[in-house]
Amino acid sequence: MLKSGAALETAKMDPIDLSPLDPLVEPYLGKKEMVIPVLQKVQEHYGYLPRPAMEGVSRLMQIPLSRLYGVATFYAQFKMKPRGRYIIRVCKGTACHIQGSPKIAERIEEILGVQSGVTTDDLRFTLEEVACIGACALAPVIMVNDNPHGRLTPDKVQAILDSYE
Amino acid sequence: MYEKHLMICGATGCISSGSQSVEEALVEALEMHKIRDKYRLVMGGCPGFCEVGPIIVVYPDEVFYCRLKPKDMAELVEKHLVGGEIVERLLYKGPDVDAPARFFDTIPFYTKQKFNVLRNSGLIDPEIIDEYIMRGGYSAFTRALDLEPAAICAEVKKAGLRGRGGAGFSTGLKWEFTLQAPGIKKYVVCNADEGDPGAFMDRSILEGDPHAILEGMLICGRAIGADEGYVYCRAEYPLAIKRLKIAIEQAEQYGLLGQNILASGYNFKVKIKEGAGAFVCGEETALLASIEGKRGMPRPRPPFPAQFGLFGKPTTINNVETLANIPLILKEGGVAEFSEIGTAGSKGTKVFALAGKIRNTGLCEVPMGITIREIIYDVGGGIKGGRAFKAVQAGGPSGGCIPAELLDLPIDYDSLNQAGAIMGSGGLVVMDERTCMVDLARYFLSFTQKESCGKCTPCREGTKRMLEILNRITEGAGIPEDLDTLDSLAASIKDSSLCGLGQTCPNPVLSTIRYFRAEYEEHINDRYCRSGVCKALFNYRIDQQRCNGCTACSRVCPVEAIEGQKKEPHAIIQELCTRCGSCIEKCPQDCIMITPVGREADVSS
Ligand SMILES: Cc1cc2nc3c(=O)[nH]c(=O)nc-3n(C[C@H](O)[C@H](O)[C@H](O)COP(=O)(O)O)c2cc1C
Repeated sequence: MLKSGAALETAKMDPIDLSPLDPLVEPYLGKKEMVIPVLQKVQEHYGYLPRPAMEGVSRLMQIPLSRLYGVATFYAQFKMKPRGRYIIRVCKGTACHIQGSPKIAERIEEILGVQSGVTTDDLRFTLEEVACIGACALAPVIMVNDNPHGRLTPDKVQAILDSYE
Repeated sequence: MYEKHLMICGATGCISSGSQSVEEALVEALEMHKIRDKYRLVMGGCPGFCEVGPIIVVYPDEVFYCRLKPKDMAELVEKHLVGGEIVERLLYKGPDVDAPARFFDTIPFYTKQKFNVLRNSGLIDPEIIDEYIMRGGYSAFTRALDLEPAAICAEVKKAGLRGRGGAGFSTGLKWEFTLQAPGIKKYVVCNADEGDPGAFMDRSILEGDPHAILEGMLICGRAIGADEGYVYCRAEYPLAIKRLKIAIEQAEQYGLLGQNILASGYNFKVKIKEGAGAFVCGEETALLASIEGKRGMPRPRPPFPAQFGLFGKPTTINNVETLANIPLILKEGGVAEFSEIGTAGSKGTKVFALAGKIRNTGLCEVPMGITIREIIYDVGGGIKGGRAFKAVQAGGPSGGCIPAELLDLPIDYDSLNQAGAIMGSGGLVVMDERTCMVDLARYFLSFTQKESCGKCTPCREGTKRMLEILNRITEGAGIPEDLDTLDSLAASIKDSSLCGLGQTCPNPVLSTIRYFRAEYEEHINDRYCRSGVCKALFNYRIDQQRCNGCTACSRVCPVEAIEGQKKEPHAIIQELCTRCGSCIEKCPQDCIMITPVGREADVSS
């Protein structure tokens, strides 16, 4: 069974340390057009956009929370849930697609038991898709954090995942 | 003084194939021989030939080493740098050359190329402004400073440059509109969003020659009367952003950006905005909304950005490659030189990203008017693994497929449009007989369906309905009326969407129906996918005559669906097979066949 990730949301709720928020937002105060860079900074720090941090940004920048979520949910880059230590990005570019990326994605899903967009319960992996990382010569490609793995076939997947503890 | 310069490709493609560890090994080998300071190592831009990366080019000898591994570096240092002898083993070899090729001009991938936009890529260190200046950089800008703004626009117009971002609008005309628009505050925006999957030329230009973009923006700003520029770059390109940041800092230090540039009274600054992952933000009005910190939704035009752009001010938006062409046009004699290349309606060169089932994947720059056949067979070296060419996809999710019958089509804006494809940004993805055209159409539509911003109902809902039909066809539940329904949905989406995304997203479906109708009909009527892609619509079978029982297939099968003794023909247990395709990748005899479901007959045909 593939997990939807709902269990994870309730299970893992460490309190969020909001003290780094002020210095992060400080340089952008009064510049509402800079909301995307602000969210990028916040996500860089927390790994995702925790609700309390969003509330903080809303207060500091005086942007209604609804507007803030409107922007954040529009862009694929912003994540609303905690993510794993290793982010697996399966390239969904055209060159990767016609050279078998769906089979690679399927094998990863089978091994991890999660669908794209979902984090494993042990917070080890998050499986994601990316439109194109532009390493088409190595298709099909996946990235694990910043490491590309190219010219993949389904049978190579297990060993790659095993190398990330 | 250095004895030699070693340019190591440090672009994303080669880094992915391991150029960083090659560099480390090279440094180690140099240090072992205590000759590190005699050589200048540059992790530079991209020579384009991603397929054979990592690449090192040794200057001034101009020797091209490829497919390098860290363990090759000891030999390269010892033999070539110390001994002065070329290491044959590491040169380019391939079916398209008789003997190992030493340099660019003897490697077929390069012989038909013309380096204009990529003039500095792989030759200079993109992180050092002096190297750009030494190759004539910023001289076109200084020339432009002496020209009237209208004269700059006129030169760009006369050169015949058309936008490289997709639509192919005359760049000079666009500048003229912005120049003529009333207002004191104006903006230049460089579109570096490059969201088209399968395209990476803009990234490569940014990584390999960032100052060319800055110079193009400076000239544009001068021409339209702007004092501020933005580069909107997708966040998935960290290296491009890093190099651009360094370039901006250095240009500021040299007084090429900032206040009163070169004592001309002209002020110009450039900022970078990182995109946040939305394909539609490549569309110009959506991009502007995104820079303003909003949801990246397109708005109706007119008013065009030239009148009402960023923060409501007149704005010129140009693509990366368009801007990289500008210094070539504005240099002394540039207009004539530029317009000499190309066809009547399309001047200059175009950079293409070659990918897919082609031997030489990578980046190539060719003169407009070259035929698709030349790009695929001469530059690209033909199809991988000797399979048959089926089609090439141009223009990504907005574009279409060009079938084998049209291989002799010359590449220019107008002939591609007529063929139902578009120039687009320049991604060319090559397909062979193992690519299913129905699945390809489904793939592009699932992309645009996800990326539709949802503002226009025909695009939001229409793409969903089209995708449902395509899913149904690829899953084996297509009905004969489906093709007509697709046609009529496509027509309404094209007619009634606000922006280019909706207006062009049915193209991949329409063009595959136009050229590969038989494949659709086979899916619908015979429940058969001849390319072996749509899992519900084929079986694998092992040709009993040719299988020699090597067991390569049964060893990789994840569900133990292949039986047979060693050295005896194997067979697939259909009930267990999940058609994951692992076996067919591994079979050295090429004896695993794609057959219609349920056909028990022999497959030796
Ligand atoms: C959905 C969509 C996506 C686009 N993506 C890009 C892109 O990634 N890069 C780009 O330069 N132009 C893109 N364009 C085209 C731009 O809207 C615009 O025409 C272009 O930036 C103008 O620059 P040019 O005249 O130099 O080509 C896109 C258009 C649409 C409709």
